[in-house]
Amino acid sequence: MKQDAAIIGRAASGVSANEVEMKARRGMLPEERPEASREVYLRIENLTKKFGDFTALRDVSLDIYDGEFVCFLGPSGCGKTTLLRAIAGLDVQTSGRIEQAGRDISSLPASERDFGIVFQSYALFPNLKVKKNVAYGLENKGLGRQEIRARVAELLELVGLPDQGDKYPAQLSGGQQQRVALARALATSPGLLLLDEPLSALDAKVRAYLRHEIKALQAKLDVTTIMVTHDQEEALTMADRIVVMNHGVIEQVGTPEEIYRHPASPFVGDFIGSMNFLKGRVAGDGRVQIVNHTLETTNMPATVAPGTEVLVCIRPEDIVARNVDGRESNVMDATVHEMEFLGSFYRARLLPGGHASDAIQADFSINLVKDLGVREGGSLRVWLPADRLIVFQER
Amino acid sequence: MTDAVITQRGLPAAAVTQRLSRDDWIMRAFVVLVGVWMFVVVLLPLYFMMSKSVQDPDGNFVGLANFREYFATPALSYSIHNSLYIAVISTIITVSLAFVYAYALTRSAMRAKGVFRVIALFPLLAPSLLPAISFVYLFGKQGVITWLLMGNSIYGPIGIVMGEVFYTFPHAMMILIVALATADARIYEAAISLGASKPRIFFTVTLPAIKYGLVSAVFVVFTLVITDFGIPKVIGGQFNVLAVDIYKQVIGQQNFEMGAVVSVVLLIPAVIAFVADRIVQRRQVALITSSSVPYQPKPSALFDRAMFAYCALIAFMILGILGMAVFASFVTFWPYNMSLSLNNYNFDVMDGGGWEAYWNSLRMAGYTALFGTIIIFTGAYMVEKVKGFRLARNVIQFLCMLPMAVPGMVLGLAYIFFFNHPDNPLGVIYGTMTILVIVTIAHFYTVSHLTAMTALKQMDPEFESVSASLKVPVLKTFLKVTVPVCLPAILDISIYLFVNAMTTVSAVIFLYAPETTLASIAALNMDDAGDVAPAAAMCTMIVLACAIVRVLHAAASHGLERTTQAWRKR
Ligand SMILES: Nc1ncnc2c1ncn2[C@@H]1O[C@H](COP(=O)(O)OP(=O)(O)OP(=O)(O)O)[C@@H](O)[C@H]1O
Ligand SMILES: [Mg+2]
Repeated sequence: MKQDAAIIGRAASGVSANEVEMKARRGMLPEERPEASREVYLRIENLTKKFGDFTALRDVSLDIYDGEFVCFLGPSGCGKTTLLRAIAGLDVQTSGRIEQAGRDISSLPASERDFGIVFQSYALFPNLKVKKNVAYGLENKGLGRQEIRARVAELLELVGLPDQGDKYPAQLSGGQQQRVALARALATSPGLLLLDEPLSALDAKVRAYLRHEIKALQAKLDVTTIMVTHDQEEALTMADRIVVMNHGVIEQVGTPEEIYRHPASPFVGDFIGSMNFLKGRVAGDGRVQIVNHTLETTNMPATVAPGTEVLVCIRPEDIVARNVDGRESNVMDATVHEMEFLGSFYRARLLPGGHASDAIQADFSINLVKDLGVREGGSLRVWLPADRLIVFQER
Repeated sequence: MTDAVITQRGLPAAAVTQRLSRDDWIMRAFVVLVGVWMFVVVLLPLYFMMSKSVQDPDGNFVGLANFREYFATPALSYSIHNSLYIAVISTIITVSLAFVYAYALTRSAMRAKGVFRVIALFPLLAPSLLPAISFVYLFGKQGVITWLLMGNSIYGPIGIVMGEVFYTFPHAMMILIVALATADARIYEAAISLGASKPRIFFTVTLPAIKYGLVSAVFVVFTLVITDFGIPKVIGGQFNVLAVDIYKQVIGQQNFEMGAVVSVVLLIPAVIAFVADRIVQRRQVALITSSSVPYQPKPSALFDRAMFAYCALIAFMILGILGMAVFASFVTFWPYNMSLSLNNYNFDVMDGGGWEAYWNSLRMAGYTALFGTIIIFTGAYMVEKVKGFRLARNVIQFLCMLPMAVPGMVLGLAYIFFFNHPDNPLGVIYGTMTILVIVTIAHFYTVSHLTAMTALKQMDPEFESVSASLKVPVLKTFLKVTVPVCLPAILDISIYLFVNAMTTVSAVIFLYAPETTLASIAALNMDDAGDVAPAAAMCTMIVLACAIVRVLHAAASHGLERTTQAWRKR
């Protein structure tokens, strides 16, 4: 268990050409450099954090590259904030090593580390004007008044609040406060930017807008950034890589596509997006049996012997209903048990074996439903593409 | 890079200890200072006092011999009965009266609530001997309305209880107002919609909701009464109570050991009431939820009028008692020459300390407010925000709560034993203004400390984290952010210290020297010498100073609110 987490963390952090390609496709980083050629900026080794008897982080290892935007994603209480605070030195780990820019910072106090931080509450100083908040870290660096003023103006410009400097934080909206906190954290040009659920206190519209803003700002400044979130959409849209955590261990590290397409564990598959989990049995080389069908898959773990009980997973949107006739393998006839209208698509519950316990969820577009005449109680032939079927050994 | 991990794996993980930053060192130094301070100004004196109670006059250990003697002397030990009797009766009367008053202020729609509230707080501005002096004029041998007592003497339990009720009324009322005001309106709406009758709602909803506040008021009043010295001293006559016994033993008979014994005896009920109150308060905190909706009383002609009449009566009595002392202070020679003059304010021609005592009091109160606020607020901040250091923090938190349980007389006597000890190098401050300031800060530490703590806990706990990440020293953030944000609480602490320093008698009565006599002590001594009218005049001057400072404080708070409303909550 211990080793698994570390291995998964490591293995997935080795960057593939595939990742670069995908990122280029998403067009998120204009001057893309392959991460492989980047330096490891932050290295976390075997980090464990205990609160009394409770282990909040268990032997966590992780490499973060220079200029990367990494999201810690996981359910509430999984240890994301704990890991972030250990990196900042605000709550030091029980054991383990942290290296930043080649320097061992494991036992340094927060004030001797190099980071800027934005909290969920923003923690803006209420009695200081916005410009004083932003200048707070600069005033201590022996800069002249003129220099400070110029730098504050530059930062406020950067976060899109050029003429709000003379207001107090309470006079700004939540989204504006958030950006002031960001400007304050960036003022001293830290090597590492830490964000703990920076968007969670905002309403949906502002959140979507700021997601984009923060990401663009980070790319522009090229500052290594770690953001904690429990919102998968936030992580998928913003991160270069996502670190999925659960119960104090890292479940998987990878690009959003990797995490989504190739979840390393049922937990990851379930936590991000929707996933069907079907009980099955290995039927031979690249073949699994579920309900009364034998299916082919290209995602069989190497080590499983025939006859092993496995979990066969497929995402609802990967189930194909068009142009199925003529296909030889991975085809199922199912009864449409229920259909739920979800706005832009329908989610259907299909019963391939006739039992409610074997139900498979499938997402169908409105067009498809119309074209094929899908309706509750009707029957339907669907195709489960072999490369979309993921198999996990049951533990 | 994978190699590094593999070689690491398998090795037992070494525990990480974080290096302390400069800020950590500074904060710990402050915490240690606070600890030493509390140790010296509270714990050590108490220890000396307690050990004195088991010694003979030559300092030899005699076990419980002094206590045996105490309980074998009915003239002494009967005071326990008297003190408890007075405390119980006064508590029942005060809490009942204050409950109805607070109920009227929070649950009725009567007029003039603000005025009634302010009037009820007036007794806080006066030394406790003021009501006693008033009662002498009202009910004494040549009193204005002595006939109301139907032949009973005001000197004794009746006078003491009446004085205590006046003196403790605002304390009970404030606690009960808070308890009643935080009750959740939604519960009442639910009760009304279920068709519950008014008395039923009162007994099934109102009383249970405020029971912790009620219990707390009972303990606070009980403690105040049983530890009070001023009222029984002035109007107690032959009726002995513990606090006065300490004074008589020490000042009258120079029997320090017996003084220490009585102190220990007085400490017991005070500590019990204090502990019980803490337990109750801890429960109460969990009751208040942030989603509570404040209760909005609806007009009801009959009820509102009855409540108004009640409050008017109480307010009239408070003003009457206060006014009696003020009026008497201007009467040339009661009851033979009723013409008004300032003769009684000619303190310099009387024994007691003269005007000098008054100026001393102002200075003492000013120093106490200034240094006390700085020490208490800074101390609370360091204890609250220091990283780690758990044992020291817990010990200091306990020491900060302790003064509340220690009666002023006991603290004062403890200071004699500790600071007057020939081997104590700190003895140099004995008989100076400094020791008066220190004992007063120590005596009123707890409430101020709790006020500071409440304000600090309302601040974002990440201010210090942000400050560390920006490499700004913690002291700078303390001065630039914490202090300005907490300024209302800081002002509250300083005014509380000032007013209490002006009015206190008990802790300082053992510690003043001829050149550091205070106004409240001068009043007590003048009363003792039979100069009752000048004593009333001195009390009036004390009330005047407290009232002026209160008004200044209100103005400052108001101004502060205006200038900072831009950044306080919208
Ligand atoms: N100071 C503490 N003392 C004891 N337990 C703690 C402490 N801080 C955190 N924990 C526990 O450690 C676990 C991880 O906490 P953490 O705050 O890191 O979770 P999180 O992943 O950030 O969750 P959320 O999304 O709710 O913020 C939780 O179970 C929490 O209860
Ligand atoms: Mg968290």
